Amino acid sequence: MKELLDLLESNAKLTESEIAVMLKMDEEEVRNRIRELERNKTILRYITLINWEKVGEEKVSAMIEVRITPQRDVGFDAVAERIYRFPEVRSVRLLSGTYDLGVFIEGKTMKEVSHFVATKLSTIDGVISTTTHFVLKTYKQDGVIIEDDEEDRRLVVSP
Amino acid sequence: MNNKADWSERVNPVVRSIPPSGIRKFFDMVTEMKGVISLGVGEPDFVTPWHIREGCIYSLEKGYTMYTSNQGLLELREEIVRDLDISYGVTYDARREVMITVGVSEGLDLAIRALVSPGDEVLIPEPSYVSYAPTTTLAGGVPVAMPTTVENDFRLTAESVEKKITPKTKILLLCYPNNPTGAVLRRRDMLEIAEVVRRHDLIVISDEIYDKLTYVGSHTCFPSIPGMQDRTVLLNGFSKAYAMTGWRIGYAAANPYFIEAMNKIHQYGILCAPITAQMAALEALKNGRDGMIRMVQQYNRRRHMVMQSFKEMGLHCFEPGGAFYAFPDITPTGLTSEEFAERLLMEEKVAVVPGNAFGPSGEGYVRCSYAASMEDLSEAFRRMTSLVRRSGVRPKTVVNL
Repeated sequence: MKELLDLLESNAKLTESEIAVMLKMDEEEVRNRIRELERNKTILRYITLINWEKVGEEKVSAMIEVRITPQRDVGFDAVAERIYRFPEVRSVRLLSGTYDLGVFIEGKTMKEVSHFVATKLSTIDGVISTTTHFVLKTYKQDGVIIEDDEEDRRLVVSP
Repeated sequence: MNNKADWSERVNPVVRSIPPSGIRKFFDMVTEMKGVISLGVGEPDFVTPWHIREGCIYSLEKGYTMYTSNQGLLELREEIVRDLDISYGVTYDARREVMITVGVSEGLDLAIRALVSPGDEVLIPEPSYVSYAPTTTLAGGVPVAMPTTVENDFRLTAESVEKKITPKTKILLLCYPNNPTGAVLRRRDMLEIAEVVRRHDLIVISDEIYDKLTYVGSHTCFPSIPGMQDRTVLLNGFSKAYAMTGWRIGYAAANPYFIEAMNKIHQYGILCAPITAQMAALEALKNGRDGMIRMVQQYNRRRHMVMQSFKEMGLHCFEPGGAFYAFPDITPTGLTSEEFAERLLMEEKVAVVPGNAFGPSGEGYVRCSYAASMEDLSEAFRRMTSLVRRSGVRPKTVVNL
């Protein structure tokens, strides 16, 4: 089961029959398992990692440190929820350390992102402060090195 | 005096008698072609894991650029001893019974040179890695091939060993998991072979470089067979399990007398293995286990895929239990190993190694390495299928797994 998830996590395009061959399982069984994993939301979504720069698409993203006041009964969750419901927000994580939430935002321009932080994020009840870090360059994302220049340098035939 | 001197005649006749590697000719053909997918490579397609490379860089920064003792860094030998104990329950004395070599290739050469006197016979399974026989010849020994067959899953049997024993037989070479066939020996096979070894008082050189790449059952380290440790030179290294081929680090473990003898040759010929590579190997042993297991898991998935591809193609291929090679029977195409490999290269741009490069009993087979990406493997098998179809081979009914 974990191996199946492992395979899909690294390549969501694998077909059921390919997975069946690799894991020496029955194709039908693979199909059923995946269906079940999708149903119980173990598999949430199949995502494609894209280098948008290659097609000249300009995107601006920022990581925002958010400090918030925890609330009785719900702790950080209620504020986190208000934040993550915005579609501009790509990810929200509760962190240990000097601030509470690490929020990733994506927009078309710097202005758009700043505007969102100023008008939407920092005005939420319970948000004490925000610190915005704009992303200058992404080297690696989701385990993938963006500009990987490691190629196969092996001799073509060797004993 | 003849001014057209034939310098080749001045080359040591023993060296002259050794035929050039069967792979060489093929290699020259491939290197001039573009767009070739190679399944002809005898090394992992993974680059050495970063923590190992980084460990080496750090050691350089710290100034580890000197000789080590001839036997190699004690700390590395101690880690090797620990690993052998944990993995196989064989115990060695790191100070007297282990030495670091420049790859298993050097370890093999040392073992053969230290143990073989002129005329001694060395029993070598076949098909097998290309260096065993020439190394024996160079040491003045006589290589004696023990052909293995697909009927026996290319396993060496006690009977086939016994059949080749003469009063001059001194050494039995074992090389399992095997390159090029991917065959593994079961513990039962080893016990039977050990009985023959004991009866005829042989010495065993066991090249276990592919030990960690065992997919069916678990690898039995030959010295762990009762009574075999004292009479076995165990050879292993880091190339395959940790994707460290170019670092050239191997080791030998044997009784103190053998190690001392091997170390004598090593100290004058090599002095010591490079310290940078030894430091990297140390990092590999200390922190490389998880990464190694992940790589092995990937090879295993590809192995399943390769087996399925041959089945669909209509070529019989016995299921390799180890290493990263498949060794399909290509005789239904009506071609010889070399013809098949040559046509596959010229017509479909896929490189494999003809089986006869690993000894005459490899004729009728080709070695396909699955140390390649899934994408390359799929494409290579698609191309191979079209050659096989053109040769008139039709698939039998495909039974999915």
